[in-house]
Amino acid sequence: MYSPSYFMQQFINGLNLGSIYALVAIGLTMVYGILRLINFAHGDLMMWGAYLALALIANSFLPFGVAVLLPMLVIGLVGVLIERITYRPLRGAPEVAMLITSLGVSTLIQNSTIMTLTAQPQSFRLPPGFKQLYEVGGVNFSSLDILSFSLAILLMIGLTLFVRRTRLGIAMRASAENLRAAYLMGININQVIATAFAIGSGLAAVAGCLWAAQYNTVEPFMGFLPGLKAFVAAVIGGIGVIPGAVLGGFLLGFAEIFFVGFLPPAFSGYRDAFVFALLLMVLLIRPNGILGSSTEERA
Amino acid sequence: MLNRNALFYLFILVALLALAQLSLNNYYLRVLAVVGINIILTVSLNLTNGFTGDFSLGHAAFMAIGAYSAALLTLPMQYKLAITGLPFWLKELSLPFVVATVIGGLLAVLIAIIVGIPVLRLRGHYLAVATLGLMVIVRVVANNWQSITRGARGINGIPALTNIWWAYGWAFLTIYVVWRLVNSPYGRAMIAIREDELVAASRGVQVFRTRLLAFAISAFFAGAAGSLWAHQITAITPSSFSFLITFNVVVMLIVGGMGSISGSVIGAIVMTLVPEFLRRVETELTIGGNPLYGLSQIVVAIATILIMIFRRQGLLGGTELRFPQIFTPSSPLSSASGKRALK
Repeated sequence: MYSPSYFMQQFINGLNLGSIYALVAIGLTMVYGILRLINFAHGDLMMWGAYLALALIANSFLPFGVAVLLPMLVIGLVGVLIERITYRPLRGAPEVAMLITSLGVSTLIQNSTIMTLTAQPQSFRLPPGFKQLYEVGGVNFSSLDILSFSLAILLMIGLTLFVRRTRLGIAMRASAENLRAAYLMGININQVIATAFAIGSGLAAVAGCLWAAQYNTVEPFMGFLPGLKAFVAAVIGGIGVIPGAVLGGFLLGFAEIFFVGFLPPAFSGYRDAFVFALLLMVLLIRPNGILGSSTEERA
Repeated sequence: MLNRNALFYLFILVALLALAQLSLNNYYLRVLAVVGINIILTVSLNLTNGFTGDFSLGHAAFMAIGAYSAALLTLPMQYKLAITGLPFWLKELSLPFVVATVIGGLLAVLIAIIVGIPVLRLRGHYLAVATLGLMVIVRVVANNWQSITRGARGINGIPALTNIWWAYGWAFLTIYVVWRLVNSPYGRAMIAIREDELVAASRGVQVFRTRLLAFAISAFFAGAAGSLWAHQITAITPSSFSFLITFNVVVMLIVGGMGSISGSVIGAIVMTLVPEFLRRVETELTIGGNPLYGLSQIVVAIATILIMIFRRQGLLGGTELRFPQIFTPSSPLSSASGKRALK
């Protein structure tokens, strides 16, 4: 019943979904690592990225590359602004205060989108070249699949190099390790936090474009659940650790696709429930995630 | 039991409600009932989030459980025929509103205990996300359990039984129970856990059991409020219990100030009436011919952010509004003021 090619097909689907989760989870994990903030508004920046790309594609004949890169820059800037205006005044406040603020920011982003662009889903159509199908040994994939996967990998390699080699990247890792000590060592933590928000939001915008391209639609609430699931991915991989977010993202993508692909169809409606059941299991069995080793109290 | 001052204010509440019933039109009575339901939700959420310090985002999940189960118990026969998976004895059954509401609340408690035993081992952020996960799971189940919940079509034809008397009767009960609980040894244990869990545990507080108790009682009233809500709007779908509901209750809580019952009541009143007013503005005010949908929620969101930045403790800052004591206590050992002297 399940031929090797069916398995490969599901594998590619998982790879696609996983790379999107990984891109979103990176931003969440960087911010959480430094500020202990679950940024609920992160998924909504993904939504704004997709809308921006839609506007760029619809109104001009820009190449897809530009239509993805421009939202990445703009949304990165938006992320920095959000941090500056709403989260920075709360530095040092109880963690719940920042959590509530991010819920407020998330509602604000969603509803301002509804007010200006209506709540109606809009179709997100790519130029025809992207739906070019290839078949290798009974496995179908489109040029979009290749593009999104390679874009995700490229961005992740770039980020790894940035975090490992550059001064700012090292400062960022130090801040995630211990914000206070980093500050005492003379690290400009405002700059580090702004950078984390810029990179994270930019990656979320790219993920939003890929998501919209994959499902051909954008709507104001499209980011909330993927954002939440990306947090689950970050927890699975070990929150605060960037490779953990990537690993968790791909694992969650595969788990979700395989759950739908290999169980009887009656179960497929329960895929979101499965993701959160998985989160509960991870939190109870290995609360620090796969790559996390911190002894900080979580459970 | 209720002391004379409490009875006095209960009497005033009844008199005001009677006045409202006689003088207000249907629209305002409905808004008033929603205020009552939101008071139940906010005061009960305060028990976990404010007093025990467990930041739960699962209130909408418990509401949904209470709403669906109570609705199935009061639904008239002709609507029940559309629900295929209902066992025969349930199809025959039609319970009084109050019994159905209590059962809805108890089922919410059952789920709260089953979920709480693993989930309450978590703290802070992780608890928030896990309870949010519970909400997603409940919605997914409501969407997929076609034979009982009719999936996305939802249940309609629920009798419109909620009126201001039921809403405020339950609100009064919620406030009374939470107030008595918070001023009991259990409540002191909850506050101790919030302030410092380790110290509380070393002083002999049963930490886990107390947190579970707060979670379960909170869930009971959320379930009851869900039932009242269902019998107010008469048709429920899984999306009636969205994340927005939880968010709005959290906002009511922080507007009033976490850890204050009177604050919760004020927060619920303000944050129901202001968005309700703005919602009417949304459709009347237009820019370029488009109604400003989302405006009320935008105002709520901005208010949330501003409160968090400038007045994190909320309007009352965790203290209680003191009502003037009309009757002097008969015995200094059994009165509210006596308790205050001991505090």
